[in-house]
Amino acid sequence: MAALGVATSGGNWFSALALGVTLLKCLLIPTYHSTDFEVHRNWLAITHSLPVSQWYYEETSEWTLDYPPFFAWFEYALSHVAKYFDQEMLNVQNLNYASSKTLLFQRFSVIFTDILFVYAVHECCKCVDGKKSGKELTEKPKFILSVLLLWNFGLLIVDHIHFQYNGFLMGLMLLSIARLFQKRHMEGALLFAVLLHFKHIYLYVAPAYGIYLLRSYCFTANKPDGSVRWNSFSFFRLISLGLIVFLVSALSLGPFLALSQLPQVFSRLFPFKRGLCHAYWAPNFWALYNALDKVLSVIGLKLKLLDPNKIPKASMTSGLVQQFEHTVLPSVTPLATLICTLVAILPSIFCLWFKPQGPKGFLRCLILCALSSFMFGWHVHEKAILLAILPMSLLSVGKAGDASIFLILTTTGHYSLFPLLFTAPELPIKILLMLLFTIYSISSLKTLFRKEKPLFNWMETFYLLGLGPLEVVCEFVFPFTSWKLKYSFLPLLLTSAYCAVGITYAWFKLYVSVLTDPPVSKTKKQ
Amino acid sequence: MEKWYLMTTVVLIGLTVRWTVSLNSYSGAGKPPMFGDYEAQRHWQEITFNLPIKQWYFNSSDNNLLYWGLDYPPLTAYHSLLCAYVAKVINPDWIALHTSHGYESQAHKLFMRATVLIADLLIYIPAVVLYCCCLKEMSTKKKVANALCILLYPGLILIDYGHFQYNSVSLGFALWGILGVSYHWDLLGSLAFCLAINYKQMELYHSLPFFCFLLGKCFKKGLKGKGLVLLIKLACTVVASFVLCWLPFVTEKEQALQVLRRLFPVDRGLFEDKVANIWCSLSVFLKIKNILPHHTQIKISFCFTLLSLLPACIKLILQPSPKGFRYTLVTCALSFFLFSFQVHEKSILLVSLPVCLVLNEIPFMSTWFLLVSTFSMLPLLLKDDLLMPTVVTVMAFFIACATCFSIFGKTSEEELQLKSFSISVRKYLPCFTFLPRVIQRLFLMSVITMVLLTLMTVTLDPPQKFPDLFSVLVCFVSCLKFLFFLVYFNIIIMWDSKSRRNQKKTD
Repeated sequence: MAALGVATSGGNWFSALALGVTLLKCLLIPTYHSTDFEVHRNWLAITHSLPVSQWYYEETSEWTLDYPPFFAWFEYALSHVAKYFDQEMLNVQNLNYASSKTLLFQRFSVIFTDILFVYAVHECCKCVDGKKSGKELTEKPKFILSVLLLWNFGLLIVDHIHFQYNGFLMGLMLLSIARLFQKRHMEGALLFAVLLHFKHIYLYVAPAYGIYLLRSYCFTANKPDGSVRWNSFSFFRLISLGLIVFLVSALSLGPFLALSQLPQVFSRLFPFKRGLCHAYWAPNFWALYNALDKVLSVIGLKLKLLDPNKIPKASMTSGLVQQFEHTVLPSVTPLATLICTLVAILPSIFCLWFKPQGPKGFLRCLILCALSSFMFGWHVHEKAILLAILPMSLLSVGKAGDASIFLILTTTGHYSLFPLLFTAPELPIKILLMLLFTIYSISSLKTLFRKEKPLFNWMETFYLLGLGPLEVVCEFVFPFTSWKLKYSFLPLLLTSAYCAVGITYAWFKLYVSVLTDPPVSKTKKQ
Repeated sequence: MEKWYLMTTVVLIGLTVRWTVSLNSYSGAGKPPMFGDYEAQRHWQEITFNLPIKQWYFNSSDNNLLYWGLDYPPLTAYHSLLCAYVAKVINPDWIALHTSHGYESQAHKLFMRATVLIADLLIYIPAVVLYCCCLKEMSTKKKVANALCILLYPGLILIDYGHFQYNSVSLGFALWGILGVSYHWDLLGSLAFCLAINYKQMELYHSLPFFCFLLGKCFKKGLKGKGLVLLIKLACTVVASFVLCWLPFVTEKEQALQVLRRLFPVDRGLFEDKVANIWCSLSVFLKIKNILPHHTQIKISFCFTLLSLLPACIKLILQPSPKGFRYTLVTCALSFFLFSFQVHEKSILLVSLPVCLVLNEIPFMSTWFLLVSTFSMLPLLLKDDLLMPTVVTVMAFFIACATCFSIFGKTSEEELQLKSFSISVRKYLPCFTFLPRVIQRLFLMSVITMVLLTLMTVTLDPPQKFPDLFSVLVCFVSCLKFLFFLVYFNIIIMWDSKSRRNQKKTD
């Protein structure tokens, strides 16, 4: 306690912010937790009580281990602390075990590992230039950035209510980004390689890392017009990068290669059996596509253009089963989504290669990769939007245009997380926290860029304000109408379609800004 | 206000903390046959909804007064009635006569918690925000920081949202009253304070400073001219608001007397449970409760209370000022808490409210006091299974205060408001310069004892001979600190005007 006092007394706002949010996380311990809680408990049990050779074969619980090996080792390490809390949670047969001590341990493990995230945010704040800083602390970009990252609504509800370990994974990513900003490329590459073997969803942003390191690290010089100088290629740097990636992969996958289990591991990591959309539609392109299909089928039925007997039953009754069958529009295959994703990512990659703009350009490309794969990916979770929101926070305090895109993206992206929490006691929490974050982010960024043109035009303002009535209709009005039983999917459909519009818009706007940015002036500044 | 968004965020943080605390257990959860304060509030909804108003305070076959009989003033009863109407719409089982005793469900808990939050949001929080906005000679940032610290005060949050009570209503009305009389809205202020008293009779702890401050104002204006007019207006306001609140009960003498008997149960003991006041602490050495006859106890406690609050009150009448008013509120409430008859541990909140108001003037001492006040309720909070939220909110409050006011740098004589006191002591004792250092040491020791005692209470089993050992220790330690604070705040009041004169001289 006294140490806390010393830490905070010197006007050390950063530790106060970090401690404050940590305490808030502690208060969230008794809240609802989703099945992901059981998922991670099961992984604790698997890694603790079974030999490595069994990890990727065990299937007592339906929540089989489907993260890369480093995460499994992470759970293994945790389980050695867990046994001092409650031995019973480490039993594979103990399905859905959730004693109060288990709860306490699991929640605290998330809160504790978030220390890495806090450190990463601290490092990221160093990368922000303080030239534009106002006199007051609350108007400094560093302060705003640390609030935006530490108090991020999405992370709070996904990690500390819904239950996942995104905090320290995001911490790894932010740390590697910070290292690239600090010109410590090898460290950045190492951290990202490690991260990939913790959770393979970060593969989506791997192209940005690969191209950036190749273009701006392996090639040591540019021609005066900014294009690549081919003879400046450093083999040594390429080889050391390759070595890092190879060693990390060997460490992670080596044991399974030795056990000749690699195909099994990969089949667990990439389950293409699942549907196009997750149970709740993530607000991406496919949500719009599905919604359009639904609307067309309803219209078709009304106009008697479609035969009611030929329409698949599932799509009409709930619309939210995992395998969504399209009635009017052609069905989408995994390959098609893969191609769409690649096509969407390519321009940003080209930009990174032909218009290198230093770490900021890399960051933009990374966000575009994350967003594009979110837009077109197969079986995307709505939580994946955090992958774009958190790095985007770094950009938002730098330029008014980016701030505007960031605000649209975060507000809609965060709102789209609302269906994750559907229980009554958590309703006030999610609304209060959302208001807290949204009001703070919009107002503080507006204050930061008050000398430039307004952040939103009338259309964007109208769209963002529309989220309020949407929430009222979906959660307060709809449950009391007679449609509740007949069209129970309607609120979810409305939410994801509405948010999809905003996220598509933000993605599009960011793309335009990246493609049209003049390259030379930017490089000169840096 | 250009930084309105910061104030909004602060209010939202306060609300979030309140709601997350409310997810925890409440008093008497799953503990038949009597349950706890949660059941009391639910029971009052049941009584007020189902019985005619004349029977609310009377014992009958439908209204067993021994089972959480209504013992708060009419405004609480009306509030219960209002909540009952809402409950009726949602689920009539919650307030069904007789059959709903001990009703507990997740949905009902949610409803009850929501009623507290709404009352808080309507009454207490706006008052705090307005109070902070009205502070003079402060930057906007400081005002916002001040609001954050007041809204995060753990004692009130834990009792209202953990234990379950509606203190924010009575304290909120009292705060509106303080705001009113401090900013020359005397009539509205006294109206708000009457509402506070009529919501919870414990608000009488604050009544003497209100009375003295307003009387002092009248004297200042001259009792023959404007002062008399003001006095008459005030008297009319008070009488009218009381009559309005008591309208159904004043028509018959028996009704009014019965309500009064319920409100002031003098036949109960000197203190209940474990309270951090003088009588409870003394009973460790001397069982006053058993030695002295009942009416003597009442007389003794009355005399002590009166003696300890008299100096501050007289001073306030002679020199009425908003600042003196706030400090007198602190000392009076503290005197009542320490010395008066039949005190509950939760009554410390009545002292905490005015201390919150001086947080910006003496941040170090106020923070310390507010920490001690929360600590003094530890046995109660532990009984309600609220250890986790207690620890978390106390730490959050401490961090907020430490960051916003950087309290550890503010321990000079000037900042403790002890300058003039030290100067006058130094006339007789020239070496009297160690006070700030002593106070710092005391603070450190106090924090260490609080942490240690908390740890001991949580981890160790008390010896069989003394099952209440730890809770008695907690109360005893807190009581000693409260006595120290009583002396400190009295010193501030007594030496106040002198310091102002000195400042003027030096300026």
